[in-house]
Amino acid sequence: MTYTFNFDWIAQYWPVIVKGILITLELTFVGGVVGILLGILCAFVKLYGAAPLRFVVGAYVELIRNTPFLVQLFFIFFGLPALGVRLGELEAANIAMVVNLGAYACEIIRAGIQATPKGQFEAGVSLAMTRLETFRHVVLVPSLQRIWPALSSQLVIVMLGSAVVSQIAAEDLTYAANFIQSRTFRAFEAYFVSTLIYLVLAIVLRQAMAGLGVLIFPRRSSR
Amino acid sequence: MTDFTLWDIARNLLLALRWTVLLSLVSFVGGGLVGLLILFARIARPRALRVAAKLYIELFQGTPLLMQLFLAFFGFGLFGVSVPAWLAAGIALILWAAAFLGEIWRGCVEAIARGQWEASASLGMSRFEQMRHVILPQALKIAVPPTVGFSVQVVKGTALTSIIGFVELTKAGTIVTNATFQPFTVYGLVALFYFALCWPLSLTSQALERKLNVSHSHY
Repeated sequence: MTYTFNFDWIAQYWPVIVKGILITLELTFVGGVVGILLGILCAFVKLYGAAPLRFVVGAYVELIRNTPFLVQLFFIFFGLPALGVRLGELEAANIAMVVNLGAYACEIIRAGIQATPKGQFEAGVSLAMTRLETFRHVVLVPSLQRIWPALSSQLVIVMLGSAVVSQIAAEDLTYAANFIQSRTFRAFEAYFVSTLIYLVLAIVLRQAMAGLGVLIFPRRSSR
Repeated sequence: MTDFTLWDIARNLLLALRWTVLLSLVSFVGGGLVGLLILFARIARPRALRVAAKLYIELFQGTPLLMQLFLAFFGFGLFGVSVPAWLAAGIALILWAAAFLGEIWRGCVEAIARGQWEASASLGMSRFEQMRHVILPQALKIAVPPTVGFSVQVVKGTALTSIIGFVELTKAGTIVTNATFQPFTVYGLVALFYFALCWPLSLTSQALERKLNVSHSHY
């Protein structure tokens, strides 16, 4: 191998990379927060909603889970303007991430809620809690705690999947790598560095989600 | 300007669908073979092998598939070899799928009760014989539903190869859009074709899982 690696471009282009990291993080944050809320709502509808609503949510979940994120993104960004919905690249990327994570989160959360024994709900009601209180304290929070690891891995998958938003010119980390390689012709180095950054982001995100889980879920005294 | 009927669009997409199917099959089978190696390394006796396999899995699960495709595509250039997009795509997808399948299967092997290892060891079986006659037949049964489920991820993963220039369903969608200026119809159809490929696989995986749970509940 006669190729000599050259990383000198980092000195000049690091602001581009930092900007890319920030946009990737912003997309992941919005996708994570809104996506999980959407997932909770959809899980609720799928379990307790009226039949037509259940069907709509079921169709949404299956459609999203069985098509590539890239195609969903293209459909939202290039396809929707035909219906008069014009979106900027960041808006489209944000919406695509929310819609995508929402479908996966719905299935994960639904499974968690279904795993709650019926007796616990009855026990809550027998303690004179209202149905809503029972749902919140006895069903939802313990289910979320149970499926938190699965939800965290899904968020990491969505964060890594967000690399494709560069294809609609949203200026994320991958876009930065593309930009740098087009200026410096150091394709391998640019992608190598951004791959390493993604790896660090994935590890940090996983740890942050684990920490957040400890923080928001009360430790149960006896189990 | 030529007018494109819906059939013109669908026909061109269907022609490209062949390459999505072929690439999915190659990646899944190849990924399965390499994944088997990863699995054996992951549960091997020597610590170094186990650590190496774990690192491999972490690396491929912790980085975007798109980056892996880029690195495969441009990485060969370092050796002065120019590879076509389909080859880079195939190699990257195989290595990527191997990491996930290896990790899925490790979970299945570890789900087999410890006593099964001990019982087979007490019969004087070598480690290979234990795997071959006792562990793998049982692990295989629980491995089928998640493996079929992962095949959906492989089909969806092939969409990313469009970005390094391999003409499969998604790339064909872009090309047809550029010719017809009907992105709504074209990407809608592309999504439907992916759905037609993936949904039966998802349903099969779910059905197998239910069947497995039923057989478990008898004991």
